[in-house]
Amino acid sequence: MKVQVNGEWRELRAADLAAALSELGFEHAVIATAVNDEFVPVGGRATLALSEGDRIEVLAPMQGG
Amino acid sequence: MLALYDVPLGSRLLLGTARYPSPAVLAEAVKASATEVVTVSLRRESAGDRAGQGFWSIVRELGVRVLPNTAGCHSVKEAVTTAHMAREVFGSTWLKLEVIGDGDTLQPDVFALVEAARVLCAEGFEVFPYTTEDPTVAERLCAAGCRVLMPWGSPIGSGRGLNNLFGLKALRARFPEVPLVIDAGIGVPSHAAQALELGFDAVLINTAISQAADPVRMARAFAQAVAAGRQAHQAGPMEPREMAVPSTPIVGTALLR
Repeated sequence: MKVQVNGEWRELRAADLAAALSELGFEHAVIATAVNDEFVPVGGRATLALSEGDRIEVLAPMQGG
Repeated sequence: MLALYDVPLGSRLLLGTARYPSPAVLAEAVKASATEVVTVSLRRESAGDRAGQGFWSIVRELGVRVLPNTAGCHSVKEAVTTAHMAREVFGSTWLKLEVIGDGDTLQPDVFALVEAARVLCAEGFEVFPYTTEDPTVAERLCAAGCRVLMPWGSPIGSGRGLNNLFGLKALRARFPEVPLVIDAGIGVPSHAAQALELGFDAVLINTAISQAADPVRMARAFAQAVAAGRQAHQAGPMEPREMAVPSTPIVGTALLR
């Protein structure tokens, strides 16, 4: 299905967020996720079913003031 | 000793981590500043370069406490969601709450700031709100549960120092028990010394150090200025006068013609 990952359209085979993250290469990465503007904690990723057109945000620590 | 949310800190200088020429210079500047707290943010991660993973391993090696920010947020919803994500990633309830209201001055939207602070304090966050010198807003933030306030000196990144001395002094006098950290606008070490002399508890510096020609040397200079300003405050500065007052005794002056 087609979803947006950090603003870019991607074709994914994964059906849930946890599988999507590993398909995208984020396994073992220090990240926080949101889907359609809602925070999805680590424990909720495997049970969050993705749908066509979902917007996934994958955020990581970055420089900040 | 300074304590922010019951955490004792040996340094009254908090450091931002953005806009350094390289990660190595950032690490050296953190060491030279002797800071114990650095601010960090959350941004989109690319699975290709994994920039965030590299940055995070550098920060962890520094052994300092992190203060995650909500930089770039313009609404209560955005700030609260970002806070939830930051708490999970950084494993800390500390949060520098920024809700920007004006694109030119990066002045906080104080209405959204107070509301976001209320929501987050109730959830157990220890909120460091980036605010103005407005005492009414400060009062509302304290009522919302904030136990530290971070008034601006002048607009973020402007380097203009303490823009409204009257307002900042009034804020200090109005909230003698609340730790006040000057956040934003400090340009040179003398601005930081001035903030500490006026009785502010600490300063948060980013651009003034990261954009200096030699950030490591500037970090050291700021550490000295902060220490000097604090000493001066404790020493009790003299009151300024309108006219000259001779420092050498008048009594005993020779009569010479």
